[in-house]
Formats: sequence, structure tokens, C-alpha cells
Amino acid sequence: MMPDYAFFFFFSGLTLGGAVLMLTRRNPVLSAVWLIVSLIGVAGLFLLLGAEFLFAAQIILYVGGITLLFLFVIMLVNLESVMRVRQFRRSWPLVLVLGATLAAEFIILLERGKWKVGGYIAFGYQARGVFTPGGPFGEQAGNAEQVADTLFTRYLAPFEVTSVLLLAAIVGAVWMGQRRQDREETGEREAER
Amino acid sequence: MAHAVPSHYYLIVSALLLVIGTLGVLLRRNIVVILMSIELILNAVNINLAVFSRMHHQANGQVFALFVMAVAVAEAAVGLGILIALFRNRGTILADEMDLLKW
Repeated sequence: MMPDYAFFFFFSGLTLGGAVLMLTRRNPVLSAVWLIVSLIGVAGLFLLLGAEFLFAAQIILYVGGITLLFLFVIMLVNLESVMRVRQFRRSWPLVLVLGATLAAEFIILLERGKWKVGGYIAFGYQARGVFTPGGPFGEQAGNAEQVADTLFTRYLAPFEVTSVLLLAAIVGAVWMGQRRQDREETGEREAER
Repeated sequence: MAHAVPSHYYLIVSALLLVIGTLGVLLRRNIVVILMSIELILNAVNINLAVFSRMHHQANGQVFALFVMAVAVAEAAVGLGILIALFRNRGTILADEMDLLKW
């Protein structure tokens, strides 16, 4: 009983603490580093939830891919002046009050509804023990096998459509990131005005 | 694994992560940090999907989490491309200085 809770609180602390520190850093590079910490915490939560494939995908995609992209972009657009100015909007007290209200509401609702979410099925994990989704491979199948089994049969069409989305994203990112003479001149004129 | 952590603990962590991400979007002026906060929101959704996948003993939620990850990658790539284009054209990465459409 204890190790599960210990790991859960460790990874939740990593997730939430990293998120808060990411939010409050002045330097965006430090923000990116704390984002990595937070994402690793989320990966640990995936591992605790028995989603090993998501854990691997989280580490590879987020920690290895997206945060690296963020760091490169920070290097491209990093401005010393941005670090010296005010970091938060002027309406921050209102936003903090709203955020605290929202968090309290979530926690109260989840605490009140925890036995009503799905009856014994929803919290039957404690009774049944291990994660055993249905499927032709049965209880012996590993997590990656189960995910692949679901992904390539039931969700094959969305999977294929995702490739189109990624292609569009690649083309869009390249098109917007490239240096074009005519647009730059417009921008300079815009800046001079 | 006889006594695993109850699901609503994970749901609370996920809700708090969502709130922190929302606060980041609403509070910060630096667009880079706003994009990072959007990643946090998508991660909160992914935790929820993994929790409900465990609850119902089906892998569907994890498949959806993979789709969310793909969308997050696309969103990050396009968003950062837009950010670079904006920085080239307007010379700022502060969200509230991009007020061309503000009347």
C-alpha cells in the first residue's frame, strides 16, 4: 500500500510543483526546464496508472520533442527586454481569485462525487488488482499490445487522419518559420511607423 | 498492487494541473510561457484519459491520449512557427502588445 502512495505523491508533487515554478519563472529558459520536470511527473503518473506505452510516448514526444522545440524557439526569439518588464497581466488578482474558485470547485465536486462516478466498476481497480482491459489478447497482453490492438482496429481511421494533421502542421510550421523578403520589408515598415 | 491509489486522487491532480495551466494562459504576458501552459492543459486531459482508461479496464482512453499528444505536437509546432513569424514582423513576444485588432 505504501509504495504506491509514496510514488503517487512524489510524481504529483513533481507535476504540480514543476507547473507552478514554470508559471512563475521570469526567464523562459527556466520555464522550459520546469516544464520538463512537470512533464516527467505526468509520465510517472502514467506509469502508476499502468499506461506504460503512454509513459514512453510522453518521455519521447514531450520531454524529447516539444520542450526541445520550445528551447530552440526561445533561443531564436529570446529578448533581454522581455525579462525585465512586468511578467503578469494587470488583472492578476482577479485571475488568481477565479483560479482558486475553480480549483476549490473541482476538488469539492470530485470529493463529493467520488462514489457516484461509476459505482463499483469505476473504483473496482482496488478489488480486481491489475489493469486488464478486454480484447482478443486477454489478460496476458501487455499494455503496448492492448493499445496497439485498439488503435489499429477500432481507431484506424482517426489514426490515418492524424497523419494528415501532422503533414499540415509540418507544412504550416515550415511556411511560417521561413524568412521571406517581402514580408520582412512589410514588417520593418510596420515597425517604423 | 493490491491497494492502488484511488482514481479520484488522480482526478484531483489533473484538475489542479488544468487550473495551473489556465492560470498560465490568463496571467502571463510572454507568449512562449502561454504555449507551455497550453501543453500543461493538454497533459491534464491526458491524465484524465489514462485514469478513466484504468477505471473502465479498456485501452480506448490511452489511444485517445495518444491522439491528444499528436494534436499537441502539431499545435506546438504551428504555434511556435506563428510566434517566430510574429517576432520577425512585430518585434515582440508579449501577448498584450499585439493589439492591432483591439479597438
